[in-house]
Amino acid sequence: MRLRTFPGGVHPHDEKHYSASSPITLAPLPAKVTIHVSQHIGSPSSPVVAVGDEVKTGQLIAEASGFVSLNQHASISGKVTAIDRFPHPCGTSSLAIQITGDGEDKWVELADEADYMNLSATEMKSRIAAAGICGMGGAGFPTNVKLSPPEDKPIDTVILNGVECEPFLTSDYRLMMEHADEIISGLKLIMKTVNARQGIIGIEANKPDAMALMEKKLKGEANLEVIGLKLRYPQGAEKQLIYAATRRKVPAGGLPMAVGVVVQNVGTAFAVYEAIRYRKPLIDRIISITGEGIKKPSNLQARIGTAFSELVEFCGGASMEIGKLISGGPMMGFALPSLDASMGKGSSGLLLFGKKAARLLDEKSCLRCARCVDVCPMNLLPSLIASAVKYKDLDKAVEAGLNDCMKCGSCSYVCPAQIRLVQWIDTGKIRYTEAQRAKK
Amino acid sequence: MKDKYIVSSAPHVHDKTTIPMVMWNVVIALIPALVFAVYYWGLRALVLTLLGAISAVVTEAAIQKLRKVPVSVSDGSAFLTGLLLAYNIHAGAPLWLPIAGSVFAIAVGKQVFGGLGNNPVNPALLGRAFLLASWPTLMTAGWVKPRTGTLSGISNVDDIALNLQSVSPKAYELVTGATPLKVVQSLRDSSFVASINSSATEGVDIANRIFTNITEMGSLKNLFWGNIGGCIGEVSAFALLLGAAYLLYKNIIEWRIPLFYVGTVFVLSFLFGPIKGSGYSMMLPFFHIFSGGLMLGAFFMATDYTTTPLTKNGRIIFAIGCGLLTVVIRLVGGYPEGVSYSILFMNVMTPLIDKFTVPKAFGRIKK
Repeated sequence: MRLRTFPGGVHPHDEKHYSASSPITLAPLPAKVTIHVSQHIGSPSSPVVAVGDEVKTGQLIAEASGFVSLNQHASISGKVTAIDRFPHPCGTSSLAIQITGDGEDKWVELADEADYMNLSATEMKSRIAAAGICGMGGAGFPTNVKLSPPEDKPIDTVILNGVECEPFLTSDYRLMMEHADEIISGLKLIMKTVNARQGIIGIEANKPDAMALMEKKLKGEANLEVIGLKLRYPQGAEKQLIYAATRRKVPAGGLPMAVGVVVQNVGTAFAVYEAIRYRKPLIDRIISITGEGIKKPSNLQARIGTAFSELVEFCGGASMEIGKLISGGPMMGFALPSLDASMGKGSSGLLLFGKKAARLLDEKSCLRCARCVDVCPMNLLPSLIASAVKYKDLDKAVEAGLNDCMKCGSCSYVCPAQIRLVQWIDTGKIRYTEAQRAKK
Repeated sequence: MKDKYIVSSAPHVHDKTTIPMVMWNVVIALIPALVFAVYYWGLRALVLTLLGAISAVVTEAAIQKLRKVPVSVSDGSAFLTGLLLAYNIHAGAPLWLPIAGSVFAIAVGKQVFGGLGNNPVNPALLGRAFLLASWPTLMTAGWVKPRTGTLSGISNVDDIALNLQSVSPKAYELVTGATPLKVVQSLRDSSFVASINSSATEGVDIANRIFTNITEMGSLKNLFWGNIGGCIGEVSAFALLLGAAYLLYKNIIEWRIPLFYVGTVFVLSFLFGPIKGSGYSMMLPFFHIFSGGLMLGAFFMATDYTTTPLTKNGRIIFAIGCGLLTVVIRLVGGYPEGVSYSILFMNVMTPLIDKFTVPKAFGRIKK
């Protein structure tokens, strides 16, 4: 197969060997879960339960509070014991609903729709919305919103993102290996919701077995295909994936629907399938617990809201003194101060690094070597944005591409002066938002 | 909270490349050139080089102490500047010359502007320009013959010289006493050609004979290996290409600047390099790319990170500019060689080039 890719990017070691061969294991039922009302892009969900309420697994506990928002469901059965601020998997703290389990895992009633493939698109989307599904690759955009483009933006192509370009993470890979049929059904369902004629599954070259498996399963499906992608970070970034697979360029500041494409993570496709066929809300997901610092690197099927500390314990605990804990991948994930946070719908991984790997290097002065310029997949001038932000010249930062940056981290990754370019750019983005707000 | 882990902004993994790694790798890539220089001129070449490099390091450390900033000489950048400066001096130079050049290069070329990453022009080249302006005779006279060859590199120089000795003392002096570029410069100079012989046609004839000889295969071989008179680190195109290949392989320099620089010189010297009556020759562009400081300049000086454009298109413009100026200086200017002034000039143009070559972001429509 001819491998495709995009211009720019970097080649970090993929580090998948820790957990790639470990099959998905069911994590034990947590004693407690903490479900955040904000684990997606959009307005936070509004709680519909009160402290003391009894809930069943899959019961709605917080509902979408606007068009771009999300339903949240109890991921275990038990009693609501707190609605308060708790540590968030992004490193902050925010409002969450805590449920203390009864150990019985009593479910709400699910269905099994025999003819689920032939439901109306509206019905499919309403089931997706009801199930509280958001993009499971990390960004967490509500899926039903993504599948409801305005009428003047017809979608012809659905791309499933099975790239998993972040080093270490193997949750999507394991899902593809173990639930290929469900993912393909999910793809077909998503295509129906947007009336797309073409379906693509994009997989990076370091997962040849997943590529082969999907190709075998798609044999004879005229409108579905697997596209092999070169091993290059950030191959799984939406715009880069669309470009590699279809040669279409999403306009700056625009969404994929502008070029007739919808991208969904393979995990999202799996959740869509479960939501439409069984009306199963999104209450669990696959998460990779990996890195040099964990005793048994694993891919766990765990309930949303399970504390990271419980997952680490189930994987045998730390194998060395831990220096850094990362929620998500090493390129874009969040460093957490402790194991107190709990996993959310976008938690694809939890990485444990030893002291040495966690060591922070001092920022030196910029050499103007232009490595950041050469690797930027958005064709920006990262070092100029960063220095403009440093010297508080926001206009210049915008001119150099502040708002086009997706914070993939390729520039910081290659900088020989160890300048924290993404951190500066992020600071710039925040200052820019504040400045815009002040103008209003 | 009993667990306290390091919290920092993503990404949490880093490529292994660091500033010291970059600088010391460039130093490694320059070693073959030094080996050739020591072979041709003996230990004096090594001593001059070390004096240049060490005085650069000492100057940088001293100024950083005075400025009360961390001493960062272990990053290799000052050593590299001193090394490059010394490579621009010939083996017959006095021992204090590289020291004077390095002190100036580091103090005025680099530290005045705030140190690494802030200098507007290449410090080593600025140091060379300083030496050339201050002690022109020391820099351009007193060339030493390589142990195995001649100054001009003309392969059958003995035959030609024997022939010329009686006919034209001036031409004799030229082929035996000048470096290849100086020979070519003189042959392009009509007043020099007129003075070769009392008969004008005979003079043009002799000039053409020398010109053909200096660009024939045997002479080019001398040029390629460095078996000629020249500056310590500049003479061996072969050694420099070896080092350049290492840097390209290690991803430390990028191909755009050397390719477009050398390419421009190649094309322009083919088109405009012939002298009166010599006609076009495919050997001439090879003579121009292997002679003088072009290989050192194109691969090791024009690729200096700090003083060259950030943008990819900018680097191409920069390199073409360097090539154009080099050829202009060599063919019509007053100096036989123009590499260092070309690069210095384009260094100064760099902010302007960057300003006009800001790339279009992915998905943006050109305004």
